Amino acid sequence: MNADIKVALVGNPNTGKSTLFNVLTGLNQKIGNFPGVTVDKKTGFCDLPDGRHAQIVDLPGTYSLYPKSRDESIVFSVLADKSNPLRPDLVVVILDASNLKRNLLLYTQVADLKIPVVIALNMMDLAKKGGITIDVDGMAQRLGIPVVPISARRQEGIDKLKEAIAFASKIALQEDTIDVEALAPQLIGQISKEIRVDHNPYYALQLAHQHETINFITPAESARIEELEHEFGFHSQKAQASETIARYNFINDLLYDTVHQKVTAQEETLSNRIDKVLTHKIFGFIIFFGILLFMFQSIFAWSVYPMKLIADFFVWAQSSLHHILPSGPLTSLVVDGVMGGLSGVMVFIPQIAILFGFISILEDTGYMSRVTFMMDRIMRKVGLNGKSVVPLIGGFACAVPSIMSTRNIENWKDRMITIMVTPLVTCSARLPVYTLLIALVVPDRNVWWIFNLQGLALTGMYLFSLVSAVTVAFVMKYILKSRERGYFIMELPVYRMPRWKNVGHSMYDRVKAFVLQAGKVIIAVSVILWVLASYGPGDRFQRIDQKYHQPQYAQHLKSDDLHRAIASEKLENSYAGALGHVIEPVIRPLGFDWKIGIALITSFAAREVFVGTMATIYSVQGDAEKMESVQQKMHTAKNPDGSPVFTVAVAFSLMMFYAFAMQCASTVAVVYRETKNWRWPAAQFAYMTVLAYLASFITYHLLK
Amino acid sequence: MFCYKYNHMRLSQLEVGETGIVKEFTDLEMSVKLMEMGCLPGEEIRVSRIAPLGDPIAIHVSGYQLSLRKREASTIILQ
Repeated sequence: MNADIKVALVGNPNTGKSTLFNVLTGLNQKIGNFPGVTVDKKTGFCDLPDGRHAQIVDLPGTYSLYPKSRDESIVFSVLADKSNPLRPDLVVVILDASNLKRNLLLYTQVADLKIPVVIALNMMDLAKKGGITIDVDGMAQRLGIPVVPISARRQEGIDKLKEAIAFASKIALQEDTIDVEALAPQLIGQISKEIRVDHNPYYALQLAHQHETINFITPAESARIEELEHEFGFHSQKAQASETIARYNFINDLLYDTVHQKVTAQEETLSNRIDKVLTHKIFGFIIFFGILLFMFQSIFAWSVYPMKLIADFFVWAQSSLHHILPSGPLTSLVVDGVMGGLSGVMVFIPQIAILFGFISILEDTGYMSRVTFMMDRIMRKVGLNGKSVVPLIGGFACAVPSIMSTRNIENWKDRMITIMVTPLVTCSARLPVYTLLIALVVPDRNVWWIFNLQGLALTGMYLFSLVSAVTVAFVMKYILKSRERGYFIMELPVYRMPRWKNVGHSMYDRVKAFVLQAGKVIIAVSVILWVLASYGPGDRFQRIDQKYHQPQYAQHLKSDDLHRAIASEKLENSYAGALGHVIEPVIRPLGFDWKIGIALITSFAAREVFVGTMATIYSVQGDAEKMESVQQKMHTAKNPDGSPVFTVAVAFSLMMFYAFAMQCASTVAVVYRETKNWRWPAAQFAYMTVLAYLASFITYHLLK
Repeated sequence: MFCYKYNHMRLSQLEVGETGIVKEFTDLEMSVKLMEMGCLPGEEIRVSRIAPLGDPIAIHVSGYQLSLRKREASTIILQ
């Protein structure tokens, strides 16, 4: 679709910006990355009342054009960079009507960039409840632009807003807010003259502040600005402080004339009363752990049926395809390789959806920031930050989005430590590995009436992962050096009911990202594995076929057993088998044989590949992808000397390996993307592999 | 207001429920961030709660709730 007009949504966090974006664009939206950076870029289209199409881009929420994080720096780049393809023709600044003073700061900054602007005044109902009356027309007149009261949540005023967008002026009509030039008269004059001639003093001032971090001016220009700053004695922080004070003076004047707040006797708000319970000294923590417990119970309980449905579907699809398609290597590749791999990914969809549903509810209601508030002290002790709680909890689902969510941790060291330890948290990809191995060696019975032994073992693995993440963080606190000061200035938004549509959108987005990102890796791995396991060096395979065609085999073995004998001998002689034999001496001390070795190698692409690999290796009959059958086959698997392969020691040693090892290509890639330096993923990979080997070794020898 | 009897009373010294008016800051870098968030000289601040483990604190300022660590609160000098 071609856009007739480009519109950017700008606003503080927690102002309902995403809700407005969803209301304007519906499902007609696309998530991508801003060029050059990995900040989620949400764009969508919206039909305007005059028949034109508007492209809407949702910019990251920010309190000011002076960025405190990478996400926030996008806002200024998109608004100011003339060559940016997203540069809007019109900015819609969304303001929380119940909290106008702080919200207006960003408006005054955006307005001074002299891009046409419209204000959407959201949450009018909340403001009214708080005894705030706003003279909307008066405000529009004072600012010189359209001001549209809306309620994004109730979808009120949206048509008016669309009209305002459609009929907005093409040139910036807003009144000046502050005397920008007075802040640094000579510097602004000189920059405007030398660098860009666009007669916008605020743009020049922002260049002076941000020239070191923005990427749309040349190094020469940046160096020249630096020179000019020295020449005129420009002090960035001092200038910013006086600018902020000037802006708030303007805002106070504006609010004095247009907003009236009924003076109410300090009536206790509902939000405050909720906080008294949820951040209570004792109940606060009990409730938090209760919520976590409920979350994990639900993830497992609710996902059982959808997961079984998906697994059954793939089994059905695979067997039907086997019937329909002519048998041969291509069919085997598609059905066993690709479909087998696909089912491995798809099965996780319910768990990921449920987990992200919970996380977005916790964030949307405002509870997550309370958790941050409560946990900051503890987290700081171990070298993390209150804000690390969110990625760590998210790590139970998947480290990839969690590592992306560390971006709102402003402190570099806190953020790096969080990124380094998040992959230790038991993610959903480890779950099938654990459940398979636990079911194999832990008896399914209850102790103390209600505690199921298998459930206890699984819970143990989850708690163990948190302990190891915290311990590693504590150690890294002393290794990493940083001069930067950490700070923790954060809004505690008013409690709200979750917006179910947003929750749904977020679940959908995450699942889609997971299927696309992990899916690619898993399909690639399954295809490679299939090739490695189906072909062998030289004429080994032919010789095996010839050997089993001899009458002594054909007569003494049943056809099923014969097939199995042929296939397992072929596997041992395949490329994959050769690979497994190569690493066997290294993993022997951990209790693993060459077959487990193959699974370990393939699992370095993604952990969940383990089950599929085990299925391919141990299964040679048709229903390869069924967990039950994999489990049975692993249960009956014997070493050459006749002893079972999967003893308690081997199974727990294997689980310890999966608990620590960095077996996830997507995580390695995302850590690189986030840190922009190969040393971080390399260091992470190294320390996790060493820990995995040690933990496995110790476990095996203790339990043997 | 009773705060007046202290010299250089800092925000970190207020108990829950007490109020004060921002006078100045002891740290420029922190002041820039705090002012953006609405903690300006002349603005009234009320301590609304303290985290269960004693730090950070939550304050009510310019119509909303803000949380900050005690060390950060100690850079705010009240009138």
